[in-house]
Amino acid sequence: MVDFFKILNRVFNLFRQRSHIKLGFYGPPNSGKTTLANKLCLDWVGEKIGKVSKIPHETREIQTKEKVNIKHKGKELTFNIIDTPGIATKIDYEDFLKYNLNKKEAQTRAKEATKGIIEAIKWLDDMDCVLIVLDATLNPYSQVNITIIGNLAARKIPVLIVANKMDLKKANLKKIEAAFPQYPVIGVSAFKDVNIDGLYDSLFRLVKRGGY
Amino acid sequence: MLTLQFVPYHEIESLVSEDRIKKLLGLVKENKIVLLQGRLKFIEETKLIESTMEEINATFRGIEICTIYPKKRTNTFYEILKNELVKTLLGEREGLTIIGPATLIKEIKRDPNKVLLLATEMVKKTKKKR
Repeated sequence: MVDFFKILNRVFNLFRQRSHIKLGFYGPPNSGKTTLANKLCLDWVGEKIGKVSKIPHETREIQTKEKVNIKHKGKELTFNIIDTPGIATKIDYEDFLKYNLNKKEAQTRAKEATKGIIEAIKWLDDMDCVLIVLDATLNPYSQVNITIIGNLAARKIPVLIVANKMDLKKANLKKIEAAFPQYPVIGVSAFKDVNIDGLYDSLFRLVKRGGY
Repeated sequence: MLTLQFVPYHEIESLVSEDRIKKLLGLVKENKIVLLQGRLKFIEETKLIESTMEEINATFRGIEICTIYPKKRTNTFYEILKNELVKTLLGEREGLTIIGPATLIKEIKRDPNKVLLLATEMVKKTKKKR
């Protein structure tokens, strides 16, 4: 029954001018989701969506920026950008102690991080398109990556894999492409502003594929 | 001491998603490393992560999970149809899912064809030797 309404909603989307496309930023912690979302928001709205940090799970709540109007090669689309907390299968407060947080701060952060992950998962169903942001220097064959991408595919939500941190020596775009051969992959560096134009190309193609 | 518990697919076959997750998470919370025949659906795997987050406390820090799934060369339409039919009728029996408590398994590293399971105790012992 839910599927029927989903299909109906997608058909409805085809016949109306979508003003706001819900674009989700998903991925593991510290892959650069907020840095990338900030880049897009700064480019088109002039303000950031959230704070970034080297400490994992800096984003512990869903952050949104509405009406982000992106113009690219004569086309124009309006997005609601949704930056989500990094999804992980474990949260150990002791891991945060390495970053000079005291025990209480670390425990609070861990508790908020678990809630953030639950919230991010609940929002999966609401997305129109999703950017899976991966750290290109890390092994992409993690079960969390496979689970999120498989989940979005099962929900028929278009996915673009963004291999972030391409400015770093260890970055390996080919390994990510080999891990997910059935999905489009684009290499960028949100921090160093590398290939953001290529990202917009891929994003507009993704949106078109989604029928918007 | 590590306890590995094999869970054949037929043990979870008749259970609804919620009960499958409850059963597997229950075993993991008993400090067992679960070797599940086959795999959960992607939506069930996501629910497993969600349930894990709900259960995290001072003693339970989460899970490590890895699914090994044979890549099949399905060239013909007949083969694809046959595989999908088998999956629909019998469930995802192929492959193996490893789920363990994060306090026991430090990390599961996977390359396409091999799995490295790094147990926490082993790490401590190795460090002591040095």
